[in-house]
Amino acid sequence: MKNTSTARAGHPAPRASTLSGWQAWLPRLVLAPSVAISLFFVYGFMLWTFILSLTSSRMLPSYDFVGFGQYARLMQNERWWVASTNLMIFGSLFVVICLVIGVLLAMLLDQKIRQEGALRTIYLYPMALSFIVTGVVWKWLLNPSLGIQAMVRSWGFESFRFDWLVDSDMVIYTLVIAAVWQASGFVMALFLAGLRGIDDSIIKAAQLDGASLPRVYWRVVMPCLRPVVFSAVMILAHIAIKSFDLVVALTGGGPGYASDLPATFMYAHAFNRAQIGLGSASAMLMLGGVLAILIPYLYSELRSRRHG
Amino acid sequence: MAALEIHNVSKDFGSERVLKDVSISIDSGEFLILVGPSGCGKSTLMNAIAGLEPVTSGNIYIDGEDVTWRPPADRDIAMVFQSYALYPSMTVRQNISFGLEMRKVPKPEREAAVERVADLLQITPLLERKPSQLSGGQRQRVAMGRALAREPKVYLFDEPLSNLDAKLRVDMRTEIKKLHQRLGTTIVYVTHDQVEAMTLADCIAVMRDGHILQLGSPDEVYNNPVDMFVAGFMGSPSMNFISAMLERDGDDYAVRIATPNEEDLCLPWPTARVTDAMTEQLGKPVILGLRPEHFSEEDERLSAQAEGTLLHASVTVVEPTGADILLRLPLGEQEVTARVGPKCAVSPGERLALRVDMARAILFNAETEKRLA
Amino acid sequence: MANVIRRQTLAARVSRLAVYSVLILAALFYLLPLAVMLMTSVKPLSEISAGTLLTLPQNPTLAPWTKAWGEACTGMRCDGVGGYFWNSFAIVIPAVLISTTIGALNGYALTKWRFKGSELVFALMLFGCFIPFQVVLLPMAQTLGWLGISSSRAGLVLVHVVFGIAFTTLFFRNFYVGIPNELVSAAKLDGAGFFRIFWRILLPVSTPIIVVSVIWQFTQIWNDFLFGVAFSAHNTQPVTVALNNLVNTSTGVREYNVDMAAAMIAALPTLVVYVLAGKYFVRGLTAGSVKG
Repeated sequence: MKNTSTARAGHPAPRASTLSGWQAWLPRLVLAPSVAISLFFVYGFMLWTFILSLTSSRMLPSYDFVGFGQYARLMQNERWWVASTNLMIFGSLFVVICLVIGVLLAMLLDQKIRQEGALRTIYLYPMALSFIVTGVVWKWLLNPSLGIQAMVRSWGFESFRFDWLVDSDMVIYTLVIAAVWQASGFVMALFLAGLRGIDDSIIKAAQLDGASLPRVYWRVVMPCLRPVVFSAVMILAHIAIKSFDLVVALTGGGPGYASDLPATFMYAHAFNRAQIGLGSASAMLMLGGVLAILIPYLYSELRSRRHG
Repeated sequence: MAALEIHNVSKDFGSERVLKDVSISIDSGEFLILVGPSGCGKSTLMNAIAGLEPVTSGNIYIDGEDVTWRPPADRDIAMVFQSYALYPSMTVRQNISFGLEMRKVPKPEREAAVERVADLLQITPLLERKPSQLSGGQRQRVAMGRALAREPKVYLFDEPLSNLDAKLRVDMRTEIKKLHQRLGTTIVYVTHDQVEAMTLADCIAVMRDGHILQLGSPDEVYNNPVDMFVAGFMGSPSMNFISAMLERDGDDYAVRIATPNEEDLCLPWPTARVTDAMTEQLGKPVILGLRPEHFSEEDERLSAQAEGTLLHASVTVVEPTGADILLRLPLGEQEVTARVGPKCAVSPGERLALRVDMARAILFNAETEKRLA
Repeated sequence: MANVIRRQTLAARVSRLAVYSVLILAALFYLLPLAVMLMTSVKPLSEISAGTLLTLPQNPTLAPWTKAWGEACTGMRCDGVGGYFWNSFAIVIPAVLISTTIGALNGYALTKWRFKGSELVFALMLFGCFIPFQVVLLPMAQTLGWLGISSSRAGLVLVHVVFGIAFTTLFFRNFYVGIPNELVSAAKLDGAGFFRIFWRILLPVSTPIIVVSVIWQFTQIWNDFLFGVAFSAHNTQPVTVALNNLVNTSTGVREYNVDMAAAMIAALPTLVVYVLAGKYFVRGLTAGSVKG
């Protein structure tokens, strides 16, 4: 900026204020509140939570620093480990099953199906529901004495057991079922959009080369969908880490704390158990988890954009 | 007084300099065309004139007034965009009158201006339509109408015909020419199409890498290009460039073209066209520039008085265009294009005698690519 | 020869049948919970304990719905979810309008008036789409207290606006990137300024993205539970929180039909939006997730 203004020493007024007057500042003025909001409510709050995680805060925030003591406590906390392990199990199953169902349904729907629109609407509607509603419904379906187990038993299969909801070893899988039910249609929609974006002539060319339809999908279409797989994994993992309402409504974290996830752990400690310091530390670890997924994603996204 | 004067304008994008010390001056009523390959800076220069992008240094004057730091709206210019940029939510009528409305022109005058422009461009039946209901050619007319309504000092056209199909492009080209002749407007017109440049311009500026290589009338630019780039850019099919050596025998200069498996071809250079620059290149490699029409088919009845040098070559490809025939034939180590009359009966493989009009040939320095003679 | 062709068409027919059966089975899987929910919500309690999930209601009754709406106990109070249903609207409507307006202006400024650092500003704001909200809960609670709007509907509106503008800005930015800059240049030459170009040129063509943004924000905020449960008091709760309280209230007999009716009530607004404007809903989902 400096050297250009000396280059135009003959001109009395600087560029920005004369070229388009105060109009040049309007865009910045319009964006300023949002930037301020984002700096304060996102970045500021992240820092604030981090600071809280370094204190011994219990009922109320106090600023009595204990270093990384809360993180050390967290690492020794049995319930935190249950929650983290649960997130691993829940997250990986949720992502993989949603992807498989989503890809399968999208490919089948792409076969010039009659009533495609209606089917698509049916597959996707759960995404419009609140996780609370989903949790309430599945809690009812999975209720051993009145739900699916009771129904199958009434058909004559007396020994049928499907009581995962009250089985602390299996309860985490009920979360997977409900979450897959809610989100897999969305993955289908993502893949269908991806499939529709592929140039038809590529598929025709591959078929003329003698490839069978499944082979065409595997060898030609799937590689084109790699970016979709990538963003689907990203979104699903993100949903998994944030999952809070579903646990609250479906299992309440129980039996005991067998189906806790980090999100419910954080809430329980920060709001119900007067452990603000510990809750903040767990929130920071959740943020770390999201960043661990997000940064490679953004990196590759930016790189591909620069190259293409 | 110059209607538009661009004085030593430079423009940087980050560390890259996209306009390098550009200076142009045109008079009122002149039609200036900026031409060059994509990325040569012609659109940036256009945006700088419009005030859509600030320049890094230099000045722009419109009608003698320094407008370098004025916002676009205060420069009294109008622009026709490549994509037409018609406001999609407005009717044709609203599109044309929007600029006048912004300038607080009273409604009756606005209406009159719309009628005048619509009449001029024959778009009166389209006035109540939305841009999405128009064909490409109609959109183009509306875009011009929007510019004409304001009667500004300078019109800017940014590749206005490049989105039209071939036939429509020719029609609209003629129409723009007619409009210019009728209204006597000052126009700056950007294109990468050298035919448009040749047919429309009073003055052509050939640009490359942010420089103006040559500024002159279409005739000058075509027949007296300053370097190989300008020579190759203007004209279609483009000029043939043949590697050769410059030789001298007494007062006679000649261009020697090495021909594989045959005797070297030696073309005598007209003595009247010898320049000082040539003498410095004696015995050194040069590039001989010959346009396709510098070749002609040898006619035996006229051969006695015919000018130019005779050469023989076997034709490799024959491309009749209707009006004439384009021949591909080897000359030295290159293959060249020659334009001959439509009556020329020749088939590939045949040997043909052609005359080369050395009086119009151009000689370039092989290293600097600048013109020698 | 004819034989071969016939065999092929037979194989084709079989595989076609397989495709349709898989698709229909999948449709049943997605539809069943909704069907069960709906059926249960109109059965009397006696039918629920006597029959199974799929038994059709013998004496359909709307009593569970009226009870869920006006009488069911949600925690301490027993006045149904009706009041909370309106609470949700009172929170959602201003939050959607404000966040969409801000997002539209941001998207416009970021794409059509680029300046040094505007990409950085966008990246800075975009990050707000990704953070787990647990990381802002505690500071937010304290800030709402300072502002004197803790446990109020205004507080919830503020929270949803603050964390919604990242998404709405993203929507509008990605939409406006596709609108030719030349339109803005033309309008500048015509003499229009920042707001006038937005109002006269950009806004009239923005209907699709406004619909997407409104629908996305509506479903997000309506379905929110975390902020609702963290920042509301008993009289300002959104319907999702009330529904959860209703289902988990442990006094008296479990009335599953009332639970399901309340769940239906909480689900209806977003379902209606989805059915009416599914196309835009999908577009919002994909645009909100597949960036660029």
